[in-house]
Amino acid sequence: MALIASADRRRFLRDAIRVTSAVTLGTGVGFLAGQRGRPQDLRWQLDPDKCVGCGNCATKCVLDESAVKAVQCFDMCGYCDICTGYLATDYQQVDTAAENQLCPTGALVRRLIEEQAGQRFYEYTIDTPLCIGCGVCVKGCALMNGSLYLQVMHDRCVNCNECAIAVSCPSRAFDRLPGETPYRLKRQALALLQQKAAGPGQDAARAFLEQVYQP
Amino acid sequence: MKPCVRMLIAGLLVPLSTTTAAAELIPTPSFSDHAIPTAEVPHADPSSWQALDVGLLTIALVLATYLALVRRSRRGMLVLTVACLVWFGFVRHGCVCSIGSLQNVALACAQSAYAVPWSVLAFFALPLIFTLFFGRTFCASVCPLGAMQELLAVRPHPVPRWLDQSLGLVPFFYLGAAMVFAATGTAFIICRYDPFVAFFRLGGNANILVFSACVAIVAVFVGRPYCRYLCPYGAVLGLLSRVARWHLRIVPGECITCRLCEEACPYGAIHPPTVPQTPQQRARGKKALLGTLAAAPLIVAVLAWLGTWWAVPLSRFHPTVRLAQQVQQEEAGETIQTTYASDAFRNTGQGLARLYDEAIAQQQRFVRIGGWLGAWMGLVLAVKLIHLAVRRRRTDYHPEQAGCVSCGRCFTSCPVELVRLGLIRDVSEMVKEPAA
Repeated sequence: MALIASADRRRFLRDAIRVTSAVTLGTGVGFLAGQRGRPQDLRWQLDPDKCVGCGNCATKCVLDESAVKAVQCFDMCGYCDICTGYLATDYQQVDTAAENQLCPTGALVRRLIEEQAGQRFYEYTIDTPLCIGCGVCVKGCALMNGSLYLQVMHDRCVNCNECAIAVSCPSRAFDRLPGETPYRLKRQALALLQQKAAGPGQDAARAFLEQVYQP
Repeated sequence: MKPCVRMLIAGLLVPLSTTTAAAELIPTPSFSDHAIPTAEVPHADPSSWQALDVGLLTIALVLATYLALVRRSRRGMLVLTVACLVWFGFVRHGCVCSIGSLQNVALACAQSAYAVPWSVLAFFALPLIFTLFFGRTFCASVCPLGAMQELLAVRPHPVPRWLDQSLGLVPFFYLGAAMVFAATGTAFIICRYDPFVAFFRLGGNANILVFSACVAIVAVFVGRPYCRYLCPYGAVLGLLSRVARWHLRIVPGECITCRLCEEACPYGAIHPPTVPQTPQQRARGKKALLGTLAAAPLIVAVLAWLGTWWAVPLSRFHPTVRLAQQVQQEEAGETIQTTYASDAFRNTGQGLARLYDEAIAQQQRFVRIGGWLGAWMGLVLAVKLIHLAVRRRRTDYHPEQAGCVSCGRCFTSCPVELVRLGLIRDVSEMVKEPAA
C-alpha cells in the first residue's frame, strides 16, 4: 500500500513538473517570438568605415573561398591612372602585368574609359569570382579615395551562428543587419549614392540602395 | 621616386583610415559617353531554407519518436540517424543546431537589440518539448553531433561509475559558462568548440581539427563522449527527460529481470535493480542525506564567493577588456608590438579614458556574473551530492531516463522483445530460470 502511494506520489510529481516545464517553455518561447520591433532575420555584415584591411576575412571564414569580397563604389572612385588600390607598391610600369598588380588573384580589372586633357581615366571593376576578400586593394585604396571596400556576400555567406571572421576581426567591424538590407556602405558613399538615386533614370542605384542598411 | 610610391610610404606612416580624415575625395570625373555604374551585390538567399530546416526537424523528431517508442526499430533509427547526419550535418554544415541555439536565446534574453530568428527558436524549443514527453529521441538520431557519435561508437567500453558521475557535472558547468559568455556578448563558446563542425565543413583551423579528431577517437571507445560529458543542451534534455511521460522502455511488456540487457547500454544508462537495505545502511544513508542537505547552502555560498574571484580572468575573454589591456600595455611601454585591434582602436581616434571606463565597467559586470556562475556551479554540485545521497528503489530494468538517449541498442538483448519480434518462441529459450 505504501509502495503504491509512493509510486502515485512520484507520478503526480512528475506530471506536475512536466506540465510546469511545458507551460514555462511555451511562455518563454512565445515571449521571445513575440518581440516585435526587433528584426527577426539577421545577417552578418561588416562596417567598411571600421575595416582596417587586416586580411582576416580571406582566411578566417569557414568557407574555403571566403564569403567576403571587395566591392567598388564607382561614385567614390577617382578613376585614377596611378591607382594605389591597383598597383603594387614596387610596380615597375603602370600596366596590367601581374607583377605590377597589388591584387594577388588579378581580380581587380582595369579598363581605360576616356582621355581628357592628356589625363587618362580608368575604371576599376572587381571580378567577383576571383576575389578572395583579402582586402589588399581596400588597404591600398584607403590611401586615396577609399572607394573599394569589403562586404559579406550573401549568396555565399552561410550565416553561421557565430561568424568566425567577426570573432577575429580586430576592429570589431562585424555585426548583424536585418535580412532585407544586409549590406553596408561607407557613410560618404551612402550620401553619394542617395544623391545619385534621387536623380532620374537611376534604377540601378535605387535597386542597390534597397539592399543597403540605412540607419 | 615615383609619386605614388612616395604617397604610399607616407600613407603607411600615418594610420590608414578614411574615418578620421573624412577626406576630400579626388572628384569622380564625368565622361562624355560613359555613365558611372553602380555596383551590384547578390541578394540574400530567402529564408525558405530555414523553413525547410524547421520542417525537416519536426518530421525527423516525429519519426525518431515513432521509431523508438512505437516501432522499436533500431534499424529504422539508424537510417534516420544517417539521413539527419547527412542533412543537418554535411548539407547544412551543422549550423544552426539546437545546442548552439541555447546561446541565441541567452543573448536575446540579455540584450534588447538582438532577437532570435524564429527558426533558431524552433530549433531550441522543439527538441525540448519532444523530450519532455518522449525522452531524448532527439539525441538518438536527429542531432547531427549525436548521430556522428552514434555511428562512431563501435567499441564502447563502460566508464567507471565514479568517473561517469563526476564528468557528468561538466555539461552543467559548460552550460553556465556558455550562457554567461553568450549573454554578455563575449563569445558563443558552444559554436567555437563544436566537435564535429570541422568534419561537416571539411575544414577548420588546427586547434579545432585536433579537438575534433580527439573527440572522434574517444567516441570509438567511449560511447558518446560529447553528449555525456560536454553537451550543455544534453544536460537540459537530461533534466527534462526525467519527467518524460512516454519514455522508451527496454522491455516491450513485463520485465522478467533476466539481466540480459545489463551490458547492452554503451552509455551507462541501464542499472540493475536495487537490493533491499539493512537497517544500519538505511540509518547511514539518512545521515548522509541530512549532511549533504545541510552542506548544500554552504557549497553554493562558497562557490559564489569564489566565483567573484574569477571576474578578472573571465573578463579577459571580452574583446573590450582585452583591447583595453593591450592599449594599456602599449601606453606603459611594456610592449612595442601593437596588434591589429589596438591599431584599429587608435584609428578611430576614440579617447583612452572611454575605453578604460568601458573595460572597467565590463570587469565589474563580470564580478557579478562570476558570482552567479559560481553559485550555479555550487548549486549543480549540491544537487548532485543530494541526488547521490538519495536512495532509489528499482525493481526491474528500466533505462535511467536522464542518461538514456533512446538509441534502442538494448532492444534486441531483451528476450521479451525477441518473442515480440517472433525471433524466438518463448523467453525460456534464452533464460533458463526467469526470476519471479
